[in-house]
Amino acid sequence: MKKNLTAWLCLLPAIIFLGVFMVYPLVDVLIYSFEEGYNFASQTSFGTGTYNYSYVLHDPYFIQALKNTFIIVIITVPLSTGIALLISLLLSNIKALRDFFQTVYFLPYVTNTLAVGLVFMILFKKTAYSDGLVSLLIQFFGGPSVDFIDGPYWAKMFVMCFYTIWIVMPFKILILTSALASVNPMYYKAALVDATPKWRIFFKITLPMISPMVFYLVITGFIGAFKAYSDEVALFGTDLNAAGMNTIVGYVYDMLYGNSGGYPSYASAAALILFAIVFTITTINLMVSKKTVYYQ
Amino acid sequence: MNELENKKIEEKARTSEKVRKAVMYSLLTVWAILVLFPFYWMILSSIKSYGSYNSEYIPKFFTLSPTLENYVTAFTAVPLARYFFNTLIFTVVTTALMMIVVILSAFAFARLDFKGKDIVFSLFLSLMMIPNELVIITNYVTITNLNMRNTFMGLILPSVTSVFYIYLLKENFEQIPENLYKAAKVDGTSDFRYLWKVMIPISKPTLVTITILKVIECWNSYVWPRLITDDQNYFLVSNGIQEIRENGFGRENVPAMMAAVVVISVPLVVLFLVFRHKIMEGVARGGTKG
Repeated sequence: MKKNLTAWLCLLPAIIFLGVFMVYPLVDVLIYSFEEGYNFASQTSFGTGTYNYSYVLHDPYFIQALKNTFIIVIITVPLSTGIALLISLLLSNIKALRDFFQTVYFLPYVTNTLAVGLVFMILFKKTAYSDGLVSLLIQFFGGPSVDFIDGPYWAKMFVMCFYTIWIVMPFKILILTSALASVNPMYYKAALVDATPKWRIFFKITLPMISPMVFYLVITGFIGAFKAYSDEVALFGTDLNAAGMNTIVGYVYDMLYGNSGGYPSYASAAALILFAIVFTITTINLMVSKKTVYYQ
Repeated sequence: MNELENKKIEEKARTSEKVRKAVMYSLLTVWAILVLFPFYWMILSSIKSYGSYNSEYIPKFFTLSPTLENYVTAFTAVPLARYFFNTLIFTVVTTALMMIVVILSAFAFARLDFKGKDIVFSLFLSLMMIPNELVIITNYVTITNLNMRNTFMGLILPSVTSVFYIYLLKENFEQIPENLYKAAKVDGTSDFRYLWKVMIPISKPTLVTITILKVIECWNSYVWPRLITDDQNYFLVSNGIQEIRENGFGRENVPAMMAAVVVISVPLVVLFLVFRHKIMEGVARGGTKG
């Protein structure tokens, strides 16, 4: 009996905090999303129904956010995973400077996204004083002058994806290098005896052995990219709708707060739509991984 | 004749090995430059004077007359020191509170027996799947209704529990032999004394990992502070930098902005360089992001 009490006392803080800030909100967000015409000031609503969902799904800003988010996901997840795999393979093949490279590659992980985003903005932005370093480089090689921050959509998307990849690489490189290091060297020795060509070793030994980790990265990568938001703010400022670069999460926050805010119902509906998308994609990923991943 | 051919083959193999090495190192260097260049650029821009920065249509890759005036501007024109101090308080208090909550729960799950333990633990685990975006809406309303906007309480309270860290620590606690606990019981040691004197010292590496990960998370947090504060006196560095970017130094003072960026980036980079291996090992075990 006394033991029961001690245990519950130990759990009490966690249960209170989780209850107030996770369980209750989870129920609440569902209720919000079905309350029509909810007024934040008077805390009243007209009735219940699915109007919030249909409003969100017909909002051009949401459609734009949806489109941006999907483009970011489709471009950055495969590219970052691929490049990370290449870099990790190279890293595992060298001895000198390896520690140095690993340290350098990890740096973006410990930096403030907002702060470094500002540096990227400076590098890509065209101002009255200068075209921006990247644009000048392009011009040097005979290309046109491009404003990547306030210019055409593809240019903005390019910076966006570039910065996103820059930010997510450290984690992926780290995970893949440790996965590569844990492959049993016996397999490679056996392959060496058989004089197996290098590409064959990669596809028949290395890739299957690290495939669980690759899939882990793909799954977390998808989830992370679908929730993109801070990186966008870092590059294009808080008014993402005006820049045409909003994301789903950005849409949720805009509906909640700021100049266009004060609509928790729309925000809840949009957040639940996002959750449904992420959940579906993750389930598909898991199904695919069951078929293709090699587990020892 | 045969010997000569062998030599030729050997030489060929050696050159191809050299070429392979060269290609590998140059690829790695390219990525290293891409990673380091923004850091170099922010430091470089921060020590150029306002006049010389704006007069360079084609920016120079070095400066012959470095100046620290931008750092003075960064601290005097905007309350950068205030942002810094706020973030420090936020980080320290959040991390400390979270450690207490996490250690107590992990201890209960790992060592104490009570009715419903398995059910409660599975409920905890299922909460791990809930994305922050889903609960932040109600939390915003809760904190607003409690009149805790623009307070440290409002900033800190929602982020003092982490199911994932409870899980990580519980696994670690369970590896400590149960016999130790029984021996302590026989000696009449209380549960909390045992936790404090035995379990915490043994689990120090995991505790350090969790602390570091939480500190990084706190230092970089942006979304929640932005929702909950609109009074500059409670801004954290992320919100501060956004404020500087939007209403900053009156005119487009890029060098001063970069000075602020350097100041904000330094603490974590230093922390990282000191605890390099610990941090990378910790992230590999329990990190997310990306």
